[in-house]
Amino acid sequence: MSSGPAARDRRLLMERSVPGRFAVAIPESDVPPAELPESSLLRDDLDLPEVAQLDLVRYFTLLSQLNFSIDTNFYPLGSCTMKYNPKLNDEAAALPGFSQIHPAQPFETVQGALRLMYELQQMLGEVTGLPGVGLAPLAGAQGEYAGLLIARAWFDSAGKSERTVALIPDSAHGTNPASAAMAGLEVVTVPSNDQGNVDLEALRAACDERTAVFMLTIPSTLGLFNPNILDITEAVHEAGGLVYADGANLNALLGLVKLGDLGFDICHSNLHKTFSTPHGGGGPGAGPVMVAKELASFLPAPVAALGDDGLYRFERPENAIGKINGFHGSFSILVRAWTYMRSMGRNGLREAARNAIINANYVQAKLRDRFDLAADRHCMHETVLSARRQKARGASALDIAKRLLDYGVHAPTMYFPLIVDEALMVEPTETESKETLDRFIRIMRQIDEEIDQDPALLHEAPHDLPNTRLDETTAARRPYLRWQQET
Amino acid sequence: MIEQTPPDLRYSKEHEWVKMNGDEATVGITHFAQDSLGDVVYVDLPDTDTTFEQFAKFGEIESVKAVSELYTPVGGAVTEVNGDAVDNPELVNSDPYGKGWLIRLRVADPSDLHNLLTAEAYEALLAESE
Amino acid sequence: MPTTVTPNGPDDSGSPHPFIPNTSADRAAMLDAIGVSRFEELVHDIPAAHVYPELRLTDNTPEPALTAELSALANSNATPGEYACFLGAGAYRHFIPAVVRAIASRGEFVTAYTPYQPEASQGTLQVGFEFQTAVCQLTGMEVSNAGMYDGPTAFAEAALMACRVTRRRTVAVLDTVDERLVEVLDAYVRYQGLEVQVVDSSSLRTPDGAACLMAQSPNVYGVIENMQSFIESAHSVNALAVAHVNPTSLGMFKSPGEWGADIVTAEGQPLGVPMSFGGSYVGLLACRQAHVRQMPGRVIGRTTDTRGRRGYALTLQTREQHIRRERATSNICTSTQLIALMATTYVAAMGKNGIRRIAELCYQKAHYAANRIARLPGYSLPVEGTFFHEFAVQCPRPPAEINRALLERKIIGGYDLSRRIPNGMLVCVTEMNSRQEIDSLVEALEDAGGRA
Repeated sequence: MSSGPAARDRRLLMERSVPGRFAVAIPESDVPPAELPESSLLRDDLDLPEVAQLDLVRYFTLLSQLNFSIDTNFYPLGSCTMKYNPKLNDEAAALPGFSQIHPAQPFETVQGALRLMYELQQMLGEVTGLPGVGLAPLAGAQGEYAGLLIARAWFDSAGKSERTVALIPDSAHGTNPASAAMAGLEVVTVPSNDQGNVDLEALRAACDERTAVFMLTIPSTLGLFNPNILDITEAVHEAGGLVYADGANLNALLGLVKLGDLGFDICHSNLHKTFSTPHGGGGPGAGPVMVAKELASFLPAPVAALGDDGLYRFERPENAIGKINGFHGSFSILVRAWTYMRSMGRNGLREAARNAIINANYVQAKLRDRFDLAADRHCMHETVLSARRQKARGASALDIAKRLLDYGVHAPTMYFPLIVDEALMVEPTETESKETLDRFIRIMRQIDEEIDQDPALLHEAPHDLPNTRLDETTAARRPYLRWQQET
Repeated sequence: MIEQTPPDLRYSKEHEWVKMNGDEATVGITHFAQDSLGDVVYVDLPDTDTTFEQFAKFGEIESVKAVSELYTPVGGAVTEVNGDAVDNPELVNSDPYGKGWLIRLRVADPSDLHNLLTAEAYEALLAESE
Repeated sequence: MPTTVTPNGPDDSGSPHPFIPNTSADRAAMLDAIGVSRFEELVHDIPAAHVYPELRLTDNTPEPALTAELSALANSNATPGEYACFLGAGAYRHFIPAVVRAIASRGEFVTAYTPYQPEASQGTLQVGFEFQTAVCQLTGMEVSNAGMYDGPTAFAEAALMACRVTRRRTVAVLDTVDERLVEVLDAYVRYQGLEVQVVDSSSLRTPDGAACLMAQSPNVYGVIENMQSFIESAHSVNALAVAHVNPTSLGMFKSPGEWGADIVTAEGQPLGVPMSFGGSYVGLLACRQAHVRQMPGRVIGRTTDTRGRRGYALTLQTREQHIRRERATSNICTSTQLIALMATTYVAAMGKNGIRRIAELCYQKAHYAANRIARLPGYSLPVEGTFFHEFAVQCPRPPAEINRALLERKIIGGYDLSRRIPNGMLVCVTEMNSRQEIDSLVEALEDAGGRA
């Protein structure tokens, strides 16, 4: 009997379908039959799979086993904060009193859910020092978009609609400019200095009466805390602009410093990074937006409020930018984040930041003799290595990343930030033990040696996964995007 | 082997080439451009009869993980679009100066050509940027 | 700095928290390897005046206490099932087979990252491909993306997409589209120089120069729109026809693809996703092949590996923010994958016949309820047309009052539609509502109506 990756049955559902099989029995109707609509409105056929329940379970279980996941693998994935996703979070979200309630139920019938949202607002406001909190955004990018809409609405209300420029560092995540464009802002790129931090002089020169917001990821995408941060926020404020913090790297700041104290006006937080909610293989996340007090009336609707009668209700902020999604946020994710924050508490959150920073610096210290550093100084929660020396010896950042997969380690973030050649961005997070980091360090050093000993090991990696490297060129040239009957 | 910089063409600094035939200009991207872009997976080209100024954006060309804008080396109205290159974008890689051409334009002002580089000057530009 | 509080007792030598494994001995060894004597040397770039701020939060809560607190919070909500629920209006209570929960609870799916490394994410990618296939089959469209945030944002993104495809700047929306969809649309187009025009559904004329005409079916009253006329109207001015549909209804009603729609969006929640107080859900967005490169969101394609084996990868990535930045088709960088997995498993578990039969059950039960309510004194069904599982009722008193009376009998009544219809209520009936529940609703409505 053959086994192993090559023998896995990867047939699709429609290729497993057998007419007449089914996985779930449907009850008969218990009401008198009603006349069906005229047949021109009805569909003749619906081509969906017919599979038995066990076959279904085996198929999806097989698929799950083709994945890397935090439960099974180490993910040193920079800027993505792949920390442990506590099991209690999932159990909490699945409680019937949370998972089965309808979003439009009368507020008296959902006091527990509303209270949880209210408390999460309070906690996020406290951790960031930005007390106006909107939980509606369904992802970081949507939180960012909401934050920018708030800035625009605030300027509009102050009669300053001419402020339509978003200043964005060249090291920023792609969502920053994409969200700014959606908010109708003109994107002006601000260069970084040789330390990877925003160039203060360049920023001052770029600020003028058209500046709406300066968007800054802090710590930066190079894993650095900008020592000039107070000068930066002051410069933008002096020019009449607002300062936006991309909270992607908030994990490094928990309990160490509050964004509000540094002069930030708006930020979003990716709950699936900092607050341990699962990535789910690409969502759902949640991206609450936090703002300074004077901007709170512009938050997207609705926000949870506590009335004088001791009851919680949804309210529409006075100058709300409107609704940015169907109901009131990614509630099942909010439950998880609440659970995490309460589990960690004041002390635990601070320890998370401290240990995340120590872990990243440890990896940096143990690899710096083999890999160039994007910035030669202590880092915060992540370190950006450059594989330029390895590239000169014949192996790119991509090759190294793919080879890591063979060792059961997920690839670091590659080729980002764009300002670093052959970037490998490593964020271990605080939930990894020293032994795991030591293993990763050993593997990285071994791969570095393989470049000279057996370069094909890298060029053709991964070798031992369900698939070797995939032909993405043909996939893009001739997109094949759904199952179709082979003719 | 692809001839890297055919001498009979004119070049733009944005790495497009143009070949004149009477008042009709055939436009494509250079060997250097296709090589640095990697495997081309998609080209987005304008409709015929669209009119462009010189150095205007007329389309986009994509590899798997990059996208570049295309600029007209000369101004004019589009007379023909290379449907073969749209359907088989690999032609832009394999034959950038031949079957991988992109559009033809009826040139409005022949003096546009004075703003372009000769093969020699284009090669110098490439050498400089290395 | 404040002293470090360790949750595991007075001794601070162990791990600080169950989720943070390193002990103080580990940390000491690591700081030594880093070449610093104390942690604070690593963060001296943080302005000294602001480091270690006071955090007004409670200290860590151990799992037993937290579990009890969570149960108390959850139990204080009135849960459909314990209450009979006739609310719909965008979120629907359907039967969810145990296999859906079991599969969607697998850690290998739940805790995986986005499949940027395809070799390490074939499970997620193949599921996504199955999802795209299922969405295409249901909607009758040629291509689907891998999932959007939710139905309303998918609807808004479809409008932006239509503007890119047609290079036009006006979005026309039928007046029978739920205003909550239009409000999200407004938030998405506000600063892009696009205009939203509401079109009178009785005249059904798409304005010249519109990028698209957008309809919802079933619409805000639960009525199946006249798909043919809506699509013809859009096409008469070369606008795209965008249909926002309920996926359960596609188990019996002709798909928008068959009618000729250009873009289809839907709230995917009815496909096996718990209502969860409004999220997380998944938005569906499907379109014609011709428009695939203007589609927002992630797309998964089938390809082969270097050994010729079938495999899957994200494709058409140049549309997305991580490459095209401010010129991307959208800022979205999620496919709400875990929820898309639930929808995929649900469709597979219900299968070809199950999806149709669930749709028919909803239809039958809703019509039974509607017929009975229509005969109640003071109640009427003011909107004409074929409906699926939701219908508008005109009540003798404000729906808020009626619903309060229903709640006393453990019935969660319909959605308040009085902004559209005086004393209007939108009642939803699914396969989860037994005949007995429906009869109790009718009885309760009768009693509540009389108490004027």
